[in-house]
This record gives sequence, C-alpha cells and structure tokens, in this order.
Amino acid sequence: MNVEWYIVLSSLLFAVGAMGILLRRSPVVILLCLELMLNAGNLALVAFSKMVGNQQGQIFAIVVMVVAACEVVVGLGLIVAIFRRKLPLDVDELRELRG
Amino acid sequence: MSATSWAWLVLLFPLLGSIAIALGFKALPAKAAGAIGTAAIGLAFLCGVGALIHLLGEAPDARHHASSLWDYASVAGLDIKLGIFVDPLSVFMVLIVTGVSTLIHLYSFGYMQSDEGYHRFFSYLNFFVFSMLLLVLAGNFVLLIVGWAFVGFASYALISFWYRRQTATKAGMKAFVINVVGDIGLVLAAFLIFRELGTFEYSEVFAKAPQVFHTNEWTVTAICLLLLVGAFAKSAQLPFHTWLPDAMEGPTPVSSLIHAATMVTAGVYLIARTHSLFVLAPTAADIAAFVGLATLLVAASIALVMTDLKRAIAYSTMSQIGYMVVGVSIGAYSAGMFHLMTHAFFKALLFMAAGSIIAAMANEQNIDKMSGFGKAMRFTSVTMLCGGLALAAFPGTSGFFSKDEILAYASARGGMYLIFTVLGYFGALLTAIYTFRLIFRVLPGKPCPEAQELIDTGHVHHAHPFNPATGEEEDTAVGFPGAEHHIAESSLPMRIAMGVLAFGALFAGLVQVPGVDDMVTKFLDPVFADSPLAAIHPSVAASWFGLAIGAAISLAGIGIAYFLYVARPETPAALQKRFSALHTCLYNKWYFDEAIDFLVVRPALAIGRFANRTFERLVVDGLVTGTEDVFGGGGRLVQLVQSGFVRSYALLLIVGFAGLALYFLLSSS
Amino acid sequence: MEAVMFFLAALGALGGAIGVVAMRSPFYGVLALIIHLFSLAVLFLLLSSAFVAAAQVVVYAGAVMVLYVFVVAYVGGDTESAWEPIPGQRFLAPLMGAALFVELSIAVLSSSLMALGTHGADTKPGFGDPAGIGKLLLERFLLPFEASSILLLLAAVGAIVLAQRKAEQ
Repeated sequence: MNVEWYIVLSSLLFAVGAMGILLRRSPVVILLCLELMLNAGNLALVAFSKMVGNQQGQIFAIVVMVVAACEVVVGLGLIVAIFRRKLPLDVDELRELRG
Repeated sequence: MSATSWAWLVLLFPLLGSIAIALGFKALPAKAAGAIGTAAIGLAFLCGVGALIHLLGEAPDARHHASSLWDYASVAGLDIKLGIFVDPLSVFMVLIVTGVSTLIHLYSFGYMQSDEGYHRFFSYLNFFVFSMLLLVLAGNFVLLIVGWAFVGFASYALISFWYRRQTATKAGMKAFVINVVGDIGLVLAAFLIFRELGTFEYSEVFAKAPQVFHTNEWTVTAICLLLLVGAFAKSAQLPFHTWLPDAMEGPTPVSSLIHAATMVTAGVYLIARTHSLFVLAPTAADIAAFVGLATLLVAASIALVMTDLKRAIAYSTMSQIGYMVVGVSIGAYSAGMFHLMTHAFFKALLFMAAGSIIAAMANEQNIDKMSGFGKAMRFTSVTMLCGGLALAAFPGTSGFFSKDEILAYASARGGMYLIFTVLGYFGALLTAIYTFRLIFRVLPGKPCPEAQELIDTGHVHHAHPFNPATGEEEDTAVGFPGAEHHIAESSLPMRIAMGVLAFGALFAGLVQVPGVDDMVTKFLDPVFADSPLAAIHPSVAASWFGLAIGAAISLAGIGIAYFLYVARPETPAALQKRFSALHTCLYNKWYFDEAIDFLVVRPALAIGRFANRTFERLVVDGLVTGTEDVFGGGGRLVQLVQSGFVRSYALLLIVGFAGLALYFLLSSS
Repeated sequence: MEAVMFFLAALGALGGAIGVVAMRSPFYGVLALIIHLFSLAVLFLLLSSAFVAAAQVVVYAGAVMVLYVFVVAYVGGDTESAWEPIPGQRFLAPLMGAALFVELSIAVLSSSLMALGTHGADTKPGFGDPAGIGKLLLERFLLPFEASSILLLLAAVGAIVLAQRKAEQ
C-alpha cells in the first residue's frame, strides 16, 4: 500500500473533523470532533515516520496523544462545570463574546 | 564510576537537598532540615573526592572529560547540551566549594537554630551550592551563564533573608542589580564568542580560538573585557565592588560562604577558565591585573578605618580577591587558585568567629564597643587568631605561602610586572595592619559590658536587636535571630566547623612550599599547559627570598598594629586628627557609592524624569489619544462581525487557514 | 492482503468520523468515535508502528472514551435540534471542509517528501516496537517526555479545580 493513501485519508479525516466543529452545537460533540482532527494529524505523522523510516515521528504522535488527553480532561472539566452552573450545553447559547 | 558520573552526583545532591527542604518545610522538624542540608553538601563533597581520585588515577594529559545528559537547547546551527566539563580546575573548585560549604552548613546548623526561617535558610543555602557547582562544572558558556545567574539570585535571596529589615532588602537589590550588570557583560561576551567561533562548548572554543584570533585582535580583546565585566561584578572588583560591603546585612554564615569563600571567587575562576582567551588578549589581561591591584590597595586602605566588624572583613575579602585576580591575570594561574583555596579557609573562619562575637554582642557590629573577648570566649578568640594570622600572612600559615607565590611569579615575569610585586607587598603590609587592628581591638583588654556578662553569668548578653543603620527595631517574628542567638562556644557543630577551618587556615599552605612540594601546581598544570605564561616559574631561591620579605613585612605590620592599638592606644586618634581629610575619604570608602550615584544613578533618574514629564505628556499622550480614536472607530466597525457565536469564529478561522494555504500553494507552484 | 486491510480500516475510520459528525445524540457520537479509533489503530499497525497502535487502543479507545461515556451519561445525552441559528453556516462549513481537504492533499502530495519514495523506506523488523520507542523516549526525548508528564499532571489538577463543587455560600 502506498503511503500516499494514508496521507490522503488523513487529510480527509481532518476535513471531516473540521466540518463537524463548524456544524455541531453540543460541546461534547465538538470535543469529539477535535479528537478526530488530532487523530488525523497523528495518522499523518505515523505515515511520514514510515515513509522516512525514522521512529521519531511516532514519538510526536505519542506526544500528540498526551496533549489530546490533557485537552479532553480540561474540556470535559469545563463541560461538567457548565452543567453544574445550570447553563445550557449549547455553544450558541454562550454568547458573552458578542461585541 | 567515571569522573563525570561523580560530577553529576556532585550536582544532584545539593539540588535534591534544596528541593526536599523547600517542599518539606511543613513536615520536617527544623533539625531534620539542617541535617538534610548539611548531609547533602557533605555527600557532594565525598563525590567530589571520588572525582578527584578518579582524575589522579589517569595520565595528566587525559584528565579532562566532557559529558552531557540531554540537549538543553538545540535549534538551527546552535547545539547547546546540558553538559559538564570535568578537569582538574573544576574538580579543584568543586572540592573548595563543597568542602567549605559543608563546614558552613554545619556552623549554620547551630548558628541559625533560633531563627524562624530555618528551613528557608537551608533551602536557599543548598540552592546556592547547587548553582555554584553548576557554574563551576558547566561545560559550555550557556550553562555557565545559567549557573552565574542562579548564583546571583541565591545571593540576593540570602542577603535579603531577613526581609523585614529594610537595609537588608535594599542591600539585596543593590547586589542583584550590580550582578545583573555583570551578567549582561558575560552574556554579550558569549554572543561574541558564538559569532566568531560558532560554538559555546569550552573545549571547542579554547581549541579554535588560537587559530581564529590574532593576538590582541579587537574581537578577542572585546570578549575578554566583557568577560571581565562579569567577573568584576561577581568578584566585587573596582568599580563594581560597592555591593559586597552592603551584602553583610545577611546572616553571618551567608557572608562567610557566599561573600567570602565561594561566590565572590567565581570571577577568579572565570578568568582562569578562559585563560586561553586572555593569552590572546594580553591588553585585557593587563587591564584585569591593574584593576585587581587597584582593588587590592583601595579595599585594604578602607579596611584600615572601618568600624563595622563584618564590613571590615568584607573589604579585606575584596582586597584578597584583588590578589587572586592579579595572579590569574598575569599568568600565575595555579598560584591564584592556591590563594583562592587558602583564602576560602581563613576568610570563612574569620567570618564565623566574627559571627560568634556579634552574637555575643547581641548583634552589635561596631568594634569601638568591643573589647576583652579573649577572656570571655576562648575558643572563638583562638580560632579568630588563627584566621587573622593566615590573613596577615604570618610565616608558616597558609596565606603566607599562597600570597607570596603570586608576588614571586610577578617578579619572575619581570618588566612592568615588578610593579605588582612592590605594590603587592605594600598591600600585604596594610593587610597585616588592618587584620591585627581588628584582633587587638576585639580580643585583648578590659572586657566590655557584654563580654563581662558572658564571663560572669555564662549567658549571652540579651538585648532587643536594633538595626544600627536605621535605628529601627528588628522584627524577630520573620526570622531575625533575636536574643537567644548561639555563640560558637556553646554549640558542638559550630566548634567542629571552626576547628577544621582553623586547621586549614594554619596548615593548608604546606601542600605547596617552594622547593619542597607543589601539589596544587602539579594538579592544575595540565589545565594551563596551553598557556606560554604557565612555563614561567620563579626559581626556588627567588621564592624563598620573596617569602623572607613577606615574613618581614607581615611581622612589621603586626608590630605596627601592636604599637598603634595596644602599646599607644592614643596614636590612632591623633593620626586621625592629623590626616583628617584622608581619614574621611577612607571612611567614606573613597566616595565610590557617591561617584556611582552621581555618574550613573542621577543621570538615569534625570532622564527618567524628563521622559515622565515632558516626553510622555507631549508625545506619548498625543499618540495614545490619537490611536485611541483610530481604534475606537475601527472597533465599532469590527463589532458588526462579533456575533458571539463561537462556531462562526471557528468558521472564520478555517476560512483564514484555507486562504493562507491557498496563498502558499499558489506562490510555491 | 494489505490493501484489503487498508480499505477496510479506512472505511471504518471514515465511517466512524462521519458518524461522529452526523449522529444527533452525543452518545452515538462517542460510539462512532470508538469505531474510528479502533480503525486508526489498525492503520497504525499497517504502518508498522505497533507501539502507537497499542497506545491508541489502550489510552484512547480505552481510557479516554470511557471518560467521554461517563461525562455524556452525567450531563445527559440530549439530541440537539436540527435548527441552525447562524445563517450560511450550513452551506459554508462543508464547502470549507472540502477546500481544506483539497488543499491539504495537494500540499502534502506535491511536496518534496514524496520524492523519498511513496512506498516508504525499508524498515528493519524492530521498527516501531515498544523497545525502540521506549529507548527513544527515555534517552533522546527524555525532557519532552517529562514535560508532557507535567502537562498531564497540570491538566488533571486543572480539571479538578474546574469541576469541583463550590462550597455553599
């Protein structure tokens, strides 16, 4: 299998994730879509690592996983905090940024 | 284990000690904190000995090892490793630093016992030792700067240790600012080195330098002068010396460790470490030597009239470092380092003895009020006498051999360097006089009331401590030691520390006696083998001739002090009246503080005031209100886009990203 | 065989991803993401990176997704309404997604990386196994490794602070 295929797949997954973030309003689903994008990046990293024949790309992938785990923890913490304060779980309702 | 593994352990223990004490300050009892701190430094010392044994087992030419654990900063063309460099010079410094630090930790274990900030103190102290070791062991200029700055911070933290004492916090800031000036010099020097040689690693820099630079080329001279700025600021040489006497506001063990034995000698170490560069820039080396000589004389003359016990010893420290700077600058490298070692012993000892006496005086530091402690505190006075004899270069003591070796080298080099010999001996005369001025004022005679109280009751004089500079009452709640301060007589750890140092002060000179043995020179020679100056050796006969002159001068100085302060105690006052202008000048420390104030601080303030009043009102305010209008209008326009929907912001982000990607794709094809 | 595995896994990953975006209920979204992650692990295996694949399954599909399931169960998996409050978003989002995909593909496929040979370098048998990765992580990349562990710790503390119950006032 050519490595190109993996890379095209990774950019496709990235685009799908980005689309999800733009379309969905539930913060949980938005986090899920972020995961999609991060994993797409990981796939590209591992594919490049295979292409170059260097394991360091996989280290990057592992670090990305760690960062993703951190992001999940903080994101879910935020969701729980929003829920506790009886605020709506819908990003369109949180409009304090309106100028 | 290899030498570098030992060296890494040397670094590890103080760091662990510092962190453990700092994190465990609630859980650890005070004694445990002190014990951990002392043990950490003691272990570091043992590891230093391990490295020494390892080095001695190798051929002299092979005694240098570089080792790196990780990349510290590795970016395009710049490869800095977290690396150390182990060679006789760094091991020598490691042994001095850890050895003296162990003893001073031991001393502090007793001395600081009644202090509220006991944990803080030991944590800082261990951190200082770690930083100093990092400075000494660093394998490249970047890590050197890291250690250099850490040491500056540790010094600041410890000078301002009693942070409710206003004079102490001010002194800390002064020390920090002057040290940062030095740091800037060092950083600029490192930049220049990188620009010219493309590397920061010691071994590569020193190997490449002779091929790249011509002798006295302006770049190498500039590098050396910038290095000297760093060295002078850290080592309190003219004109960066004013912070050192003020640094005596800190606790006495700090004065002893940082501001006498170890940190202030970092500049000497730096010059010795970079001697390969100074060989290429003889002009810079001569400047360094002359500054050292000037500091030596100026500081010694000020020490003659200081009435504050600790400050007088501080000026003597500056003066002795002047000798070392002269030594390593004119090429007497191992002699300079040898003096650094003996000085660490006797100066630390003198400070400890002074601390003990100051404690007995309830924190009074004025020697005019002290007398008769010879009877009241036997152990302290004997050790103080040992330290004083070594400082005054009494024949046979450690200071006698080390100081004369520098001067003998200067005369062997000949030419204009004879100036250093002559004026160096003059400085030695002043040294002997001021040292024994202190000793004769403090130890013999009729006991002062505090000493009498100690003799009668066996208790230390209790008084509520007042700050002599401002007259305000000390706040004992945040750690000023308060009334139940310990004196050396009563605490075993302190006695052990002072005893060991007294032994070192008296006999450490015997490792290097001209014509008999030369352990220090033999050990350090491989480091300095590349310098042509290291080949100059004074003959044994010349050395002994110098030693004879030194002995005569030392005895003469002690005799003059005896005549002035014991036999005819009224003469100093008469002299003071006769030469009142000179005395005022000396007493005001040659007006260095005032000169710096006039030349640097005032103009800076004036510029600041001008900027504040005129420039800011006209230019800045105008600009600010103008921009405010522009952006306010723009903001109202942008407001229309701010819908508050996070997802439309995300969309904009992605539109921007897609546009950017499009731009790059188009521009690259 | 490899091609068959790749297309199966790619189909799973893509299907999972579309499922995440399309499912109205967050709970099904989480399940779809799990399918996606498992498929990705298979892809990693095909790319001979055994350790990353294992980490993907254990850390992601295992631990992280359990966390998601818990939170969804806690906050309630309400399906969101189909009503779109932002005008134009429905139209622009897929457009931008497509633009991103095209651009990324062009950028990567036309880069000089491809000159290295699209079939990948010839790797040794031990490529990507835990021993090799562990050696890299604990020697060459020890500092980043430790830094990421501190990051994790900070994130955990941060999450606790964020989600803790406020004392009754």
